[in-house]
Amino acid sequence: MLAKRIICCLDVDRGRVVKCIKFLDPRDAGDPVELARRYNAEGVDELTFYDITASHEARSIMLEVAARTAEEVFIPFTVGGGIRTIDDFRAVLKTGADKVSINTAALKRPKMITAAAERFGSQCVVLSIDAKRRADAAADAPKWECYTNGGRVPTDVDVVEWAQRGEELGAGEIVLNSIDADGTMAGYDIQLCRAVADAVTIPVIASGGAGKPEHLHRALTEGHCEAALVASIAHYSAHPIAEIKSYLAERGVPIRPTAFPP
Amino acid sequence: MKPQIAIIDYGMGNLRSVEKALQRVGAQAGVIDSPEAAAGAKGLVLPGVGAFGQAMERLSEAGFDQLVKEWVIADRPFLGICLGLQLLFTESEEFGPVRGLDLVAGRVVRFRGPQYEQHGDKPGLKVPHMGWNSLNVTKLHAVVENLPPDAMAYFVHSYYCVPDDADWTTVVTHHGMEFTSAVSRRNVFASQFHPEKSGDVGLQMLTNFVGLVDAAA
Repeated sequence: MLAKRIICCLDVDRGRVVKCIKFLDPRDAGDPVELARRYNAEGVDELTFYDITASHEARSIMLEVAARTAEEVFIPFTVGGGIRTIDDFRAVLKTGADKVSINTAALKRPKMITAAAERFGSQCVVLSIDAKRRADAAADAPKWECYTNGGRVPTDVDVVEWAQRGEELGAGEIVLNSIDADGTMAGYDIQLCRAVADAVTIPVIASGGAGKPEHLHRALTEGHCEAALVASIAHYSAHPIAEIKSYLAERGVPIRPTAFPP
Repeated sequence: MKPQIAIIDYGMGNLRSVEKALQRVGAQAGVIDSPEAAAGAKGLVLPGVGAFGQAMERLSEAGFDQLVKEWVIADRPFLGICLGLQLLFTESEEFGPVRGLDLVAGRVVRFRGPQYEQHGDKPGLKVPHMGWNSLNVTKLHAVVENLPPDAMAYFVHSYYCVPDDADWTTVVTHHGMEFTSAVSRRNVFASQFHPEKSGDVGLQMLTNFVGLVDAAA
């Protein structure tokens, strides 16, 4: 049986991991490769590097981080942030990364998803969606809007519709970031998770808001998500990956056992 | 220096991870971009991610199809990964049917059936089958020795292999149905999962493969 995945997300700014709250106020959280190694040892199932600067110089630093990670950590990892062209995809995959996530570029040029899927396969095209609740939607019928440029620019595109379109265009999975919940550690937006997960057949990864193991449990059960992304909860060791995994396993969620006998 | 374990580069991705993982477990592994460069190698690795048809074309263009055929028929240490497993089969239905290397009689087919569809409030199983799933060893082989009983490995695929002769099957995995997730025969081993992305379990399998290469050398 397919295990539910726990993915550690490292936001990288000029080669250092930082952690933001509601996409703002970055705080230093360490060296990316060192953290990747640590989370791998703790039993995380996958890693994501997100380049939050994405300037031209930062791009080469990010590729170097990805290449160093590939030398030491033998679990799947994704690189995202500022990906604009097929050449960007190629450069990232060449480092040893398994998947590339796109957000702004995909919304501006949806055909980019198809072009990347045709060239590299859907499995390495991750559609990242930054979702914010619409204030004007009724409480019992919530709606979410897609944002671009690191959560700064509203697009008026509906999140559920965009997720469905992304799947049709060839995306292999969706990372669903809740801007409202990001960094709050108050829990994922479960309604959002479920609305999107039920609307597509590709895996949906819940992101934004994890603060305790219970939050992951809800996203992976009620939220119908295949995976949950964690950042703050893991960086500051409030709840090590192993603790989160035993919490989930005790409640019947299929997870990958972390311990490998000596 | 010529690599002892040659990894075939035919433009279908994922090579760096395979190379680094083999080097991590102590192998003298390197990527080759022509069949001639395999001279002197004791082990051959066929990785690959992407579409079956395109992969067959690229393998043939570079002449790697003959290399793989001769290598496998001669029972020299061989490791196929993901598409590198599927290509060994007679044919795949992916954008096809498309002919494969026909070293293992059988077909490559897509996951399909009601279990992969949504029913009311109950979501169906996802395709592609992507993520960590269990390995159940049904036939002992050197590559899958010394694994923990609850071992899991990383998968990413929408098609799976169905060998005509069940004796090829060495590991099975369940995703809506039981399917062959690795085949083996003597010095030949090929898996649907990615050992180079399967953490410690994967590194153990690569260590085992290197042992197989050393033993055969």
